[in-house]
Formats: sequence, C-alpha cells, structure tokens
Amino acid sequence: MNDTVSPPPVEDAKSVRELREELPLYVARVKVYPKRIKGFFRRWKWTALTVCLSVYYLAPWLRWDRGPGQPDQAFLIDMGSRRAYFLWIEIWPQEVYYLAGLLMIGAFGLFLVTSLFGRVWCGHFCPQTVWTDLFMAVERFVEGDRGARIRLDKAAWSARKVAKKATKHAIWIAISVATGGAWIMYFNDAPTLILDILHLEVPLAVVFFIGLFSATTYLLGGLAREQVCTYMCPWPRFQAAMFDEDSLIVTYQKWRGEPRGAYRKGESFEDRGDCVDCKQCIAVCPTGIDIRDGNQLECIGCALCIDACNEVMDRIGRPRNLIDYTTTQNLVARERGEAPRLHLIRPRTLIYFLLLSIVGGVIFYGLATRDDLEINILRDRNPLFVTLSDGSVRNGYTFKILNKDHDARIFSLAIEGLQLPQMRLVGNDQTKAVQTLIAAPDHVSTYRVYVSVERDTLKTDATDFEFRLIESGKPEHRHGSVFRGPKK
Amino acid sequence: MATDREKDAVTGTETTGHEWDGIRELDNPLPKWWLYVMYACILWSVGYYFLYPAIPWLDGHTKGTLGYTERTRLVEDIAEARAAQASYFKQIETSSLAEIRANQNLLDFANAGGRASFAENCAPCHGSGAAGGPGYPNLADDDWLWGGKLENIYATLRHGVRWPQDEDTRVSDMPRFGEEELLTKAQISDVTEYVLSFTDKSEDAAAAGRGKAIYAEQCVACHGPTGDGNMEVGAPRLNDAIWFYGDDKATVAAQIAGPQQGVMPSWQGRLDDVTLKMLTVYVHSLGGGQ
Repeated sequence: MNDTVSPPPVEDAKSVRELREELPLYVARVKVYPKRIKGFFRRWKWTALTVCLSVYYLAPWLRWDRGPGQPDQAFLIDMGSRRAYFLWIEIWPQEVYYLAGLLMIGAFGLFLVTSLFGRVWCGHFCPQTVWTDLFMAVERFVEGDRGARIRLDKAAWSARKVAKKATKHAIWIAISVATGGAWIMYFNDAPTLILDILHLEVPLAVVFFIGLFSATTYLLGGLAREQVCTYMCPWPRFQAAMFDEDSLIVTYQKWRGEPRGAYRKGESFEDRGDCVDCKQCIAVCPTGIDIRDGNQLECIGCALCIDACNEVMDRIGRPRNLIDYTTTQNLVARERGEAPRLHLIRPRTLIYFLLLSIVGGVIFYGLATRDDLEINILRDRNPLFVTLSDGSVRNGYTFKILNKDHDARIFSLAIEGLQLPQMRLVGNDQTKAVQTLIAAPDHVSTYRVYVSVERDTLKTDATDFEFRLIESGKPEHRHGSVFRGPKK
Repeated sequence: MATDREKDAVTGTETTGHEWDGIRELDNPLPKWWLYVMYACILWSVGYYFLYPAIPWLDGHTKGTLGYTERTRLVEDIAEARAAQASYFKQIETSSLAEIRANQNLLDFANAGGRASFAENCAPCHGSGAAGGPGYPNLADDDWLWGGKLENIYATLRHGVRWPQDEDTRVSDMPRFGEEELLTKAQISDVTEYVLSFTDKSEDAAAAGRGKAIYAEQCVACHGPTGDGNMEVGAPRLNDAIWFYGDDKATVAAQIAGPQQGVMPSWQGRLDDVTLKMLTVYVHSLGGGQ
C-alpha cells in the first residue's frame, strides 16, 4: 500500500492507437544482479537459510527405533505400505486428514506472522527464497560480485567465460540433484536408497522423481529466481489483505529521505533529505526494485536494503534506519512528529491467533487421544436376515478391526441385548455364545460373524443390541448394532 | 473505455481503463517468457495431434501415428491383471474343492472371484445377496434341495436343474397329483394338513389324521416318513421352517396338485472350471454350506 489515494486524470487524452504504440505488450526480462552486503538482516537470512537447509538435507538421516521389522527412519512416508512416520507418530491412510490440519496450521500461521512481522516468509524462509539465495551465493562465488558479473555477461565468449559459466552451472546441477535426492529420501529409507543409487539399482519411479525435482530446483532457483515471486506465486498478490497499518514491513522513511540528492563530503544536511541517491538499496535487492517507491508487490521483505542503506548512513555520519523495518502507521506518525507505537495485539492478529490455536488444538487433541485400535462392524444389508431350517433367524456381520499396534490383540466377542444368541465365526465354524477374535498387528483383520436367535425371542423386526469386545486387562469396547428379523 | 486510461502517478504505468468499485488495474507489460512458454505448449500440442487420436473427421477421426486407443489400453490392463492372477487360477485349477477351502489365501481369492461371478451370472435369479425368492432357492440358508456339501453344489452348478441340454441335469419328478387325477381334491386337502402338521401349522387335526395314510402311500418314498426329504432325488424337507413357494395351506395344496418345477441352467461349458470352483466355494461360504 502506497500513500497515494487515486491517480489524477491525464490532462491530454490520447487515442487508443497512440497509447498502444507507446506500451509494449511484452517486455524482455531485466536481469537482476544483487550485490553482496553485510548486516543484521543479512545475518538473519543466512541463519534462516542454514536452519532450513540443514533440516531439509539432514532430517531423512535421523533414526528412530520402532522395533524389529519396522522402518527405523525418523521421518518417512512409506507409500508402498501406506504409512507415514514422524518420530513416534504413525499415520495410517485413513488419517490423512491430519495433512489438511497441518496445511490449515501453516496457512493461519503464515497469516498471523505476516500481519505481525511482514513478509518474513517471502524474504527468509520460503523454499524459493532459500534456494535462490543459495544459487546466487554460488554465482557470486564463481563469477564475482555485482560489477564483475555484469561485466562478464556483457563480455564476449572466451575460454574464461565458458569455464566460469560451466563451473557455476555444474555446481547448480549438483545442488539440484542433491535436493531432488533428499526429497526422495523422505519416501524411502535413506541409507538403503544411497546404496541402491551407487549400485545403480533404483526403480524407474525414483529416477523420474529425482530428475523432476532436480530439474525444478535448477529451473526455479537458478534460472527463474525473482520471476517466481513476481509472476508465479500467489502470495505477493494477496499480501495487501494480510497487512494493515500496524504490520512491520520494510519502509522507506520518505519524510526523512526527501528531497534526495547527490552528496559531497563536507556538505551540510540542512534543507535536504538524508537520501544521497547512492542506489545501493536497488543494487542489493534480489528482485531489483526501488524501495523508495513505497511498499510494492515485488518487495519480498528480506530487508537487505536496510543493511545497505545503514552501511552508507554510517559512512556519511547520518543516523541509521533511513529504510526501516517499521509500520506505515509509524511512518506517518514520525512524519507528523508524533511518537511511534508498536501495536502488535490488535483484532486482526488476535483473530488469526485464535484460529491458529483452535485448529492447532483440535489437531493436537486428535493426535494425543487417537486410539491405536479401531473397530468397524458392518451389518449385512442383503439379505436383511435369513430364516434357518429350525426356524431361527440369522444376521451376518463383517468385523473390520484396525490394529495399529505392533502386537496382536485378542478379543472375546459377546452379545448383550439378545436372548440366547448363537454366534458362528466363518473360519472356525463353531457355533458358540462367545467367540474369540484375533486382531493381527499393524493390520486390518476381517471377520464374518453370523448371529442367530430363536424367532420367538424377537419382539420387533429391528432389535437394538450391543457387541462386547473384551480384552484382558483393558477396558472393553462396546458397539451398538441392530438385529433384523421378519415383520411382527 | 479505452479513453479512460490514466497514468498512475507513482509508477508511471497506464491503467487498463476499467474501474471496479473504484479499483483500477495497472496495465503492466507481460514478461516475454510467458509468451515463449505458451509457444512451447503450442508446439507440444502439435506433436499430440500427430501422435494421438485428435481431430473428429467426416467418417471417424484421425487415429494418430502411435495407434493408441483406450480400448486396447483396457484390454492390455485386463490381460495384465489376469497374468497377475495366473498363479491363483493355476492353483484353483489343480486343487480339489476341499483343498481350496483349507487354504486361507486361496479361499479369500476364490471368494472374491466367486462373488464377482455370482453377481454377473447368478444374481438375476438368486438375488444379489443370494436370498432368492419364491421359486428361487435361498443360497444363504442351511436348507438344500440337492445337498449343501461342496461336491453337491459343484454338481448342481455344472449340470443345472431340469436343463434340457444337459444329460446329467438334476431332475426331481414329483407326480402331478391333482392334474393327473391321482388324488381327489379332498385327499389333497387332507395330506396338506398332515404336511403342515410337521411344523405345527395344521388347524384341522382330523384332516391331518386322514392325510397321514395318504402320505404313507404316496409321499414317503421321496420325502421320507417324517418329512426329512431326500437330497439324492431333490425332494425338499417338509418338516423345517423354510418353504420354497409359501407356507400357507393354499400354496402347499397347489404345489401338491400341480407342482411348479424350477429350472436352473447348466453352467459347465458356459463358465470355465476355475470359475465354477470359485462359485462353489463362494456359495458354500454364504452361511449354509455343509
């Protein structure tokens, strides 16, 4: 949001043809050469990058013992056996809704952080920003700083230029393949996968995905860079909805900086602004914008321009923070000479926090209280009931017992609510009043149970009753069901 | 309108000329690489037109040089599935019915295959849940006309019941007592009462008493002295709670007078032996198998 209200109308109207001739439909990309800078925000960016990349590359190697026959990788999504492992948590495919919960937490968290602290995601933690920063660092290492890179690009092709470009792209490709490989390691056991790759015994799917993620890393991080932020990502485009006048963002202190102009050592700063038009803020910007134009879509909030400007301010002996990480409310306040305020707790942030807490709480509660046993009883609907030759009525039930435990569990199955029911378990073919069901570990066990009662004991055509699953030493599970018979 | 294009004071960019609720949009030029990506997509699509079926034509459509059709793809997928199941089919083919039933793995496979075949071949008469109806046996109960053991079910499936084209077809020949005037109406009424008395449904004890003698003469040979029936000849059990056509006096009397005699196709020749075995195992597992 900039501080103009509505643009003034043009005095001299132009015809459509005239206008169209002035405006090109498409423009070639302007290459951005960010300059190296040191400072507080740059250090933060390096920290964020190190933390994020360390987690990404190292997490698959962490081990977590789950017992014999179980995968020992701490973070693993095992597509083949349809399980997801996160440390001690094991997610079954039925519980994929936790992913929805995670995404909601991510979204609300992002809204909250952005409304408080501006685009810290875009500038420091987004994978695009992290890998682009890494690739730019490699480029700076191989080809030199901004000036050297511009000269190299303008220079004619020579052996030196070829060598430099080849080296840079080679390192980029190596990083991309490592990135693609690391992604695959979340889906396969990491040490086994590395050995398989070295022995060239990997399935086609693995090769394909490593190739895919390497290609996208190289393309997006190496070639596309800021084009992703400007044209591909939706986040910049609704940032305006996340900010308000009390969000901390990168702001040029216009009241202090204008009128800007060149400065010679020894001149006084009276009747002029502090901005010496050194254009360092533009030079270090990864998206190549001028923050002095105000807050804009392309500004990813990395605040490297603040570091650059502070460096210059230090050199000319002026106070720091001509570009400041502050709110637009404070910008106006300082302009008017009023005291700045930090208003972090406000309705917007409170609501985001509340939503985040609710969703987080629900997911956390669900995770903490989830049972490692799930029993589903499906009553046969076709036929509703069967009359047997001795006149008794029989209903069929399918038991599906999800045992997420690593040990088998044994249940005694009994019935309450029917008179003298007889049960037959398909498989052991013994008709008894109580049957034994065994739930195999880490498995969905299916059992067919036939329940029969004497016809006269039924008072209505639909009798409610309960199955009791009794486990020694544990609370019993009760499941209500219905017994259907002929119309009375 | 185009003439409403204004120059934004801050960026110097023109607006598109339209306004929505006071909001105007800057008309920034698009990046050239969007254009190039679009060209690349168009080129890619041109390839598709040549390789795959694409353009509806006067008498069909362009087939594409790869000769790809969804139908051949389906056929290939089915063949692949069959190949994957081949080892199971082989085992079922070479095993006896009892052996299939004893092997849990094989049993699960056979039940699944049987369920699928049942839905396609048997459900039209026996019902989708095998519950049958009047004149169509309930395969889920424990009352069998021709025997509920695996071998019995297998034989019934293979040869059918009263199927003219099969020389080994099962035939139960109940005399037409009323139509061929073997018994009078009164006699039929009495013997009906006696038969109903097996399950305590008789309301006329005197008639039942008279019917007992008739039963001993005419019915015992097939249905047995106490109405137990005879699975060898397909004579139903008369002393249980399951009635094929109905348990009221009129229906039973009508069945004695002019028996309805159901027909079941013989499935050997129509279905291969593996399918027949799977169906046998499946029907046996429906709850009434002996």
